[in-house]
Amino acid sequence: MSKQQKRLLELKNLTKHYPIHKGLLSRIAGYVYAVDGVSFSIYEGETLGLVGESGCGKSTVGRTILRLIDPTAGEILWRGERIDELSRNEMRPFRKEIQAVFQDPYSSLNPRMRAADIVSEPLRNFEKLTQAQGRDRVSELFALVGLRPDQMLRYPHEFSGGQRQRLGIARALSVKPKLIMCDEPVSALDVSVQAQVINLLGDLQQEFGVSYLFIAHDLAVVKHISHRIAVMYLGRVVELAATDELFKRSSHPYTEALLSAVPIPDPTKQRKQIVLGGDVPSPINRPSGCHFHTRCIYAQARCKVEEPVLEEISPGHFVACHFKLNT
Amino acid sequence: MSQATGKTILEVKDLRTYFYTRDGVVRSVDGVSFSVSEGETLAIVGESGCGKSVTSLSLLRLIPTPPGKIVSGSVLYHGKDLLKLSEDEMRDIRGDKISMIFQEPMTSLNPVITVGRQIGEVLELHRQCSKDEVNDRILELLKLVNIPEPERRMNEYPHQLSGGMRQRIMIAMALACDPEILIADEPTTALDVTIQAQILNLMRELRDRTRAAIILITHDLGVVAEMAQRVVVMYAGRKVEEASVYDLFAKPMHPYTLGLLNSMPRLDDTSSKRLVEIPGMVPSMRTEIVGCAFAPRCPEVSERCLLESPILKDYGNEHSVACWNPVVAPRDIA
Amino acid sequence: MINSNTLNAVDWSAQISKVRLFMSVQLPALYKRYPFAVIGAATLLLMTFIAIFAPLLATVDPQAVAPLNRLKPPSWEYWFGTDALGRDVYSRVMYGSRVSLTVGISVALLSTVIGLAIGLITGFVRWLDAIVMRIMDGLMSIPSILLAIALMALTKASIENVIIAITLAEVPRVVRLVRSLVLGLREQPYVEAAAASGTPLVKTLLRHILPNIAAPLLVQATYICASAMITEAILSFIGAGTPPNIPSWGNIMAESRSLFQIAGYLILFPSIFLSATVLAVNYLGDGLRDALDPRLSRRM
Repeated sequence: MSKQQKRLLELKNLTKHYPIHKGLLSRIAGYVYAVDGVSFSIYEGETLGLVGESGCGKSTVGRTILRLIDPTAGEILWRGERIDELSRNEMRPFRKEIQAVFQDPYSSLNPRMRAADIVSEPLRNFEKLTQAQGRDRVSELFALVGLRPDQMLRYPHEFSGGQRQRLGIARALSVKPKLIMCDEPVSALDVSVQAQVINLLGDLQQEFGVSYLFIAHDLAVVKHISHRIAVMYLGRVVELAATDELFKRSSHPYTEALLSAVPIPDPTKQRKQIVLGGDVPSPINRPSGCHFHTRCIYAQARCKVEEPVLEEISPGHFVACHFKLNT
Repeated sequence: MSQATGKTILEVKDLRTYFYTRDGVVRSVDGVSFSVSEGETLAIVGESGCGKSVTSLSLLRLIPTPPGKIVSGSVLYHGKDLLKLSEDEMRDIRGDKISMIFQEPMTSLNPVITVGRQIGEVLELHRQCSKDEVNDRILELLKLVNIPEPERRMNEYPHQLSGGMRQRIMIAMALACDPEILIADEPTTALDVTIQAQILNLMRELRDRTRAAIILITHDLGVVAEMAQRVVVMYAGRKVEEASVYDLFAKPMHPYTLGLLNSMPRLDDTSSKRLVEIPGMVPSMRTEIVGCAFAPRCPEVSERCLLESPILKDYGNEHSVACWNPVVAPRDIA
Repeated sequence: MINSNTLNAVDWSAQISKVRLFMSVQLPALYKRYPFAVIGAATLLLMTFIAIFAPLLATVDPQAVAPLNRLKPPSWEYWFGTDALGRDVYSRVMYGSRVSLTVGISVALLSTVIGLAIGLITGFVRWLDAIVMRIMDGLMSIPSILLAIALMALTKASIENVIIAITLAEVPRVVRLVRSLVLGLREQPYVEAAAASGTPLVKTLLRHILPNIAAPLLVQATYICASAMITEAILSFIGAGTPPNIPSWGNIMAESRSLFQIAGYLILFPSIFLSATVLAVNYLGDGLRDALDPRLSRRM
C-alpha cells in the first residue's frame, strides 16, 4: 500500500459519550463511554477491518462516521473536509460517497417496499430518473450482486437471508460510493452463504475500487477480507496494523488473547489457549489507566495508573501498551 | 480428551419430528439415528434449519405439541425408550439424568428468582436434601464453575450477571444432579469469543471431572474441532455424515461437509484466495424433498441423486455417509 | 384518474369474471380461515345497506306521530310495534342505523387522521413530545364517556357535535398508539438505512414509517368505530347525544326507558341491531388483526 494512495476518511480522537439519566429530574448519573478517542484513516481501495467484542464501540464508530449518531467530540474528515458538525441537510451530498450495509438482513430492508424501490432509494434521492431509467439501473445493480433482475418487483420476505444482504449491498452501491461501512454484514448468515457474500464484497472492490470499513467480531472473516485491521477494546483502539503483521507479530496482550481464543477448525491444530479471566468490564465503569489491565496477564503497577497512548512501533503498526510484545 | 468407555448409553433410531403448520408439514427431523457412549462428546453440526436443535429438544421431549409432533422413531436410554415414558417419568429424567443448557442464558433463566434459588430448585426437585445440604451443594457448584465470590453471587439476579456468568449458572444448574448426559444447544454462540474460550475450557475441565457425556449442538466447526470426539453432520433434517472428529476434518466424504470446510475463512489460512462457495441455499423444509436434499447445490450430483434419497453407508472406522457420490480423496488442507 | 376514456377501456367481461372468482373461490377460502371476520363484514354490509336505503326500507315516515296506535306490540302492520307516540319502531330502527354508522365511521376516520398527525409529530420532535403527551395523559385520565358528556354539555345537541365530542375523547388513545409505533420504528435498521441513503425526513415518514403503522392503526380504527357507536347510544340514552327528533338506536331506547316492563319490544329491537353492529365491527377488527399480524405470518 503506497503512501500515494488518497486518504478518504480520517478520524481524529472521535469520542461518543452517552449520558445516563436517573431520577425524576433526570440528573446525569454517569456516562456510557462508548467511543473514547479513536483515530485512524481509510485510504482509497482498501478494506480496514474493525474488530472487538461487545461493548468495544466498533458499531458506534461506524454509525458516527455515517452521522447516524452525532459525535460528542473529535473530528471526522472526509477528503479533508470536516463532516462531524454538519447539519442533516449539509450532510446530504456526502451520502453519495459514504454508504452502509447493515447487519440484520431481516430488518434492514423495509418489509413493505419492493426490492427495486429499496435498492434504488439512495439513487432516487440524488438523481431524477424516469421509470425506464430506474428499471435499467436496478437491473444492472441486481446483476452486479448476483441476483436475477426478474425478481425486482418482489418483496423482501420472498428472498433468503443471503439474497437480502445482496439487496443491501446493491442499495449501497447504487450511488457509486467511495466508502461502504459494513456493520457485521455476514454475522447473521449461515456459513455456507457467508462465503458467497464475502466473495462478492471482494469482487466489487476489485472492480470498482470501493473502500470498506469492515466491522465484525469474527476474526477469521476479517482477516480474509481486510488489508489493515484495528482492534478495539472498551472504546479505544489498542492495536492497528496490516493484516499479516497483526496476525504474525501482534503486540498488544488483548490482540494476543483474542487470536488465541478463536477456535481453529482442525482437531490436529489445537493449541494452548490464553484464557482471559474475568468479564469484559462495562463501558460505564471503566478500569483506570489502561482499560485492559484487569484482565491482562502481563499487567504491572504502571498499567493501573497510566493510560497508554497509540504509538507506532514499526511502519504502519500502532500499539497502545506500556509493555509491547514481540518487539 | 475424556475417556469414553465405549458403552452405549443413548441410542436414537430413525427419529422423525414434524411440525404441522397452516402452510404445510415441516419435516424438521426426518429419520435421524445416532448413538452416544458413556463419557464421550458427540457434536451435531449443521446450519440453521437443519434440524439439530429440534433433534436435541426431541430427545428430552421438549417439542411444543401442537404444532410439533415426534412422529416416529425411538430414543433408547439404557434400553428404555424415552418416547414411550409418561410425562412424570420424563420429568424425573430431565435435569437429573439428562440435562440441557441453552443458547440464550438471559432468556433461559428466570429473571425474578435469584440464581442460587434456581440452582436450588433443580436440587430440591430431584434429590431429597435438607436446606443446609442444598445450600452447601449450591456453593459447591458455583465454585465448580469458577464463579468468584459464590456466597455473594448466589443471592443475585440474572440481570446482575454478565453473559458469561449466566452461562456458567446454566452449566451449574445442568450439572447439579450429576447427569449422565449433558445436551448443550449452541452454548457459546451468543458469547464473545474470549468468553467463549472460557466457557469451552470450563466444559472441558468439567467433562474430565464428572465423566458426563456431552451432545454438543453447534454450527461452528471450530468449536467442534476443539470439543468433540465424534461428529454428526445434518442437512435439511437428515444425517449426511458421521465420523470421528479427526476423520471428518481430514477426510470428509460428503460434498456438503467438504463444501462447508472449504468455504470457511480460517485464522491459519496463509493464502487469501477466494473462498470456495456453496452455490444456492438451504431448501425450504415445507415441501417434501425427493431424492437427496443437497442435490441442487452439489458439485457431485448425478441422476440418481435427484430421484433416490441416499442411504447411510458405513465406510469403516465408524465413518458413515449418506451420498451416492461420496468424495474419496483426502482433502487438500491449504 | 377515471374519465370516459378509461371507462370505455375497462374490460367489463374481465371485471365480471373477477367478481365471479371472488364469490366462488376466494370468499369461501376467506370464510374458512376467518369465519367470524367474514360474518362481521357481511353484517356490516347489511347495516350499511339498511342505512343507505332506509327510505325505501321503512314502511312509514319515522317521525309520523299516530297517538291512536300507541304502544301496539309487534304485528303484521307494525313489524316492531309502535312507541308511546304511535311511531313505527321498525321504520325508526331502519333510520337509526344511519346515525350509528355515520357516527361510528366518522369518529373512526377523524380520530385516526388527527391522532396520526399528532402521533407522527410527537414521535419525531422531542420537545413537542413532552408537552403533547402530558396533555394526552390528562385527557385519557377522564373516562371517555364522561368527557363526551362534558363536551356535549357545552354545545347544542346535533350529530356533528356528537361526532366531534367522541372524536376528542378517542384521539389520545390513537396518539399513544401511533407514538409508540413510531418510536419503535425509528430504531429499525431500515429507517437508519433510509437516513444513510440521504432520504429527507418527510419522505422517510411517508415511505417507511406510515406503511408500517397502517396495519395496527386500521385494527385500532375498527375498535374505535365500535366504541363510538356505543358511546353515541349511551349519550343519546341519557339525553346528551343526538337531538330527540332524529331517530337513533340510543334515542329510541331512551324514550322507552320507563315503559320497559310493559313494552319490552321497544328496547329489544334497537338493542339487537346495535349489539349486532358493534359485534360485527369487533369481529372484523379481530380478523384484520390476525390477518395482518406479522408474527402470525406464513414464514416460520
